Amino acid sequence: MEAHAETTSQAGQLLASASGGRRRPGDRIFSNATVSAAVTVLAILGGVALFLIIKSAPAVTASSVDLPEGKSLVDYIAPLAFGTVLAAVVAVIIAVPLAVAVALFISHIAPRRLANTLAYIVDLLAAIPSIVYGLWGIFVLGPAMVPILDWLVDKLGFIPFFEGPASVTGRTMLTAGLVLAVMILPIISAVAREVFAQTPRKNEEAALALGATRWEMIRMVVLPFGRSAVISGSMLGLGRALGETMAVTIILSVSGIVSFDLVSQSNPTPIAANIALKFPEASGIDVNALIASGLVLFGITLVVNMIARLVISRSNLQ
Amino acid sequence: MSRKLLPALAASAVLALGAAACGGSDDNADASGDGVSGTIAGAGSSAQQAAQEAWKANFESANSGATVSYDPIGSGGGRDQFIAGGATAFAGSDSPFDSDELPKATQRCQSGGGDLAQIPVYVSPIAIVYNLSGVDDLQLSPDVTAKIFKGEITKWNDPAVAADNPGADLPDTDITPVHRSDESGTTANFTDYLHEAAPSVWTDDPDSNWPLKGGEAGAQTSGMVQAVKAGDGTIGYADASQAQDLGIAKVKVGNTYVAPSADGAAADLEASKKDPSLSKGSTVFAYTVDRTSTDPSTYPVLLVSYLMGCTKYDSADTTNTVKAYFDYVISSDGQQAAAQNAGSAPLPPGVTKEDQTAVDAIGS
Repeated sequence: MEAHAETTSQAGQLLASASGGRRRPGDRIFSNATVSAAVTVLAILGGVALFLIIKSAPAVTASSVDLPEGKSLVDYIAPLAFGTVLAAVVAVIIAVPLAVAVALFISHIAPRRLANTLAYIVDLLAAIPSIVYGLWGIFVLGPAMVPILDWLVDKLGFIPFFEGPASVTGRTMLTAGLVLAVMILPIISAVAREVFAQTPRKNEEAALALGATRWEMIRMVVLPFGRSAVISGSMLGLGRALGETMAVTIILSVSGIVSFDLVSQSNPTPIAANIALKFPEASGIDVNALIASGLVLFGITLVVNMIARLVISRSNLQ
Repeated sequence: MSRKLLPALAASAVLALGAAACGGSDDNADASGDGVSGTIAGAGSSAQQAAQEAWKANFESANSGATVSYDPIGSGGGRDQFIAGGATAFAGSDSPFDSDELPKATQRCQSGGGDLAQIPVYVSPIAIVYNLSGVDDLQLSPDVTAKIFKGEITKWNDPAVAADNPGADLPDTDITPVHRSDESGTTANFTDYLHEAAPSVWTDDPDSNWPLKGGEAGAQTSGMVQAVKAGDGTIGYADASQAQDLGIAKVKVGNTYVAPSADGAAADLEASKKDPSLSKGSTVFAYTVDRTSTDPSTYPVLLVSYLMGCTKYDSADTTNTVKAYFDYVISSDGQQAAAQNAGSAPLPPGVTKEDQTAVDAIGS
């Protein structure tokens, strides 16, 4: 009885001291550890940005004669940035409808057990290393695309994207975009799926009670509710597609031009692929020029991801 | 919780320190009595990588005290690192030092009391590979090759291609020329061949980056081979040792057509003249590869790669190890090892003899 009272009073003292300024060592260590973890992440991001800026400075000040291809830095990087954005946009255009359909099937159409399995399998797509996607693209998808490319040029050749001539190896922007689409599908469908599943049950039931079919209910209730999730998921996917290196480097037949033709053998070079291809043999100022292009890629992905976060935070406020 | 965590952290820190201390003491090279001892580092051409791996393995097993490392950072990077001095004792490069670099490289060696040594050590035929169903024996003259890769000839049944292939049944297929999308010594030597042998058609200077925009491209030799294999009507260029399942074109030399071979490449180097402005004394050799040979025993589409070193270094161990390593590389054993591992052509006897005088000058 006496011992019990003593313990209680000790606990009371400890509580008092904790709230009264002098903190226990455990709390201090924990708080310092979390703060230093947060600072480390910021320091790494800042360090990478600083490295890119310092290392690209010589290329910015160098005269165009010394730079690769004898062009000014802007003329060198602009076509590469174009290639980066084109490949990523093609991927997002293909991936978004597919990802939304998959997400809707999992959240609203499929029976519970099938939905869980399918969700797991879609998530698994994100776990496949990009080099494996690259090998699949060059050995399987590329050759399989050849007749499709021929057909596109034949029937839809009046559209600039399918102007041709069709590639005989299938290593085109469209093939690379398809592979990228498969790679970014999991992130878009995961974000969309989570939000679709949170659609208020009452709204769905109200729509059905008013005589809406299932498709009308999804169109009028679920899709508007999940719209910002689809947008932010697409932005995250776009961010990943912009930086994807290995798969694109292996699959795409790159030649540094600016062209909207998605089916021919001559394709623009994305920044990441260009760095992967040229860095191993580069020396001197060429390395600085490559790092400068990396800085541009860093900037593009940063902006895209910031927009995605902005969309997400605004949808959370609503 | 925190009371248990702290000692655990301390213990793991002690373990980590202990492991670090153990790791620091394993690299003192002990002279074993036989052979040379010392550690030398080289950097440069990635074309030499497979050969360097074979040389390093055989050299280290014969000289247990010696360690050789080779960093395949590219020819230009290797030459830059060699000029900068420091730890890079030797360089491998697909082209010799140019007129800007030669004085700097010489100065690097003179600061150690020696002279520059630059010797050709690696010769490899480059095959013009193609994939065209129904055509097994393709023959190409330099002008037609240059026009195909420039995109001026676009059909396989073009009269110009037919003129090189009398009697062949050439199909009405589009030609898809394939080039390397990465920077490569193979591209540099192939464009040098086009530039020298077809000067009226191929007006671009030789370049390790493919000089033309557009067209089909593959990353590295494997990507090039895969691209040629994947399409019908494709044509590209690759190390002859990597061209196994593809069609290999015969190249017009004089009035006959010659298939790539190790002997042909070696014979072409033997017939090549040294570039007097880039060669120096009895230790620095730079060849202008004979791309316009008319002798049917030669094959003019080849890659020649060099080793660069000094005749004397600050440390006697380094000097002796470099000498022994270069000596092994140009020996018939070394050349045989490279031929097996990298599919290169053994050096012709005349070149070996000259290389030997340069190697003998090291350390003397």
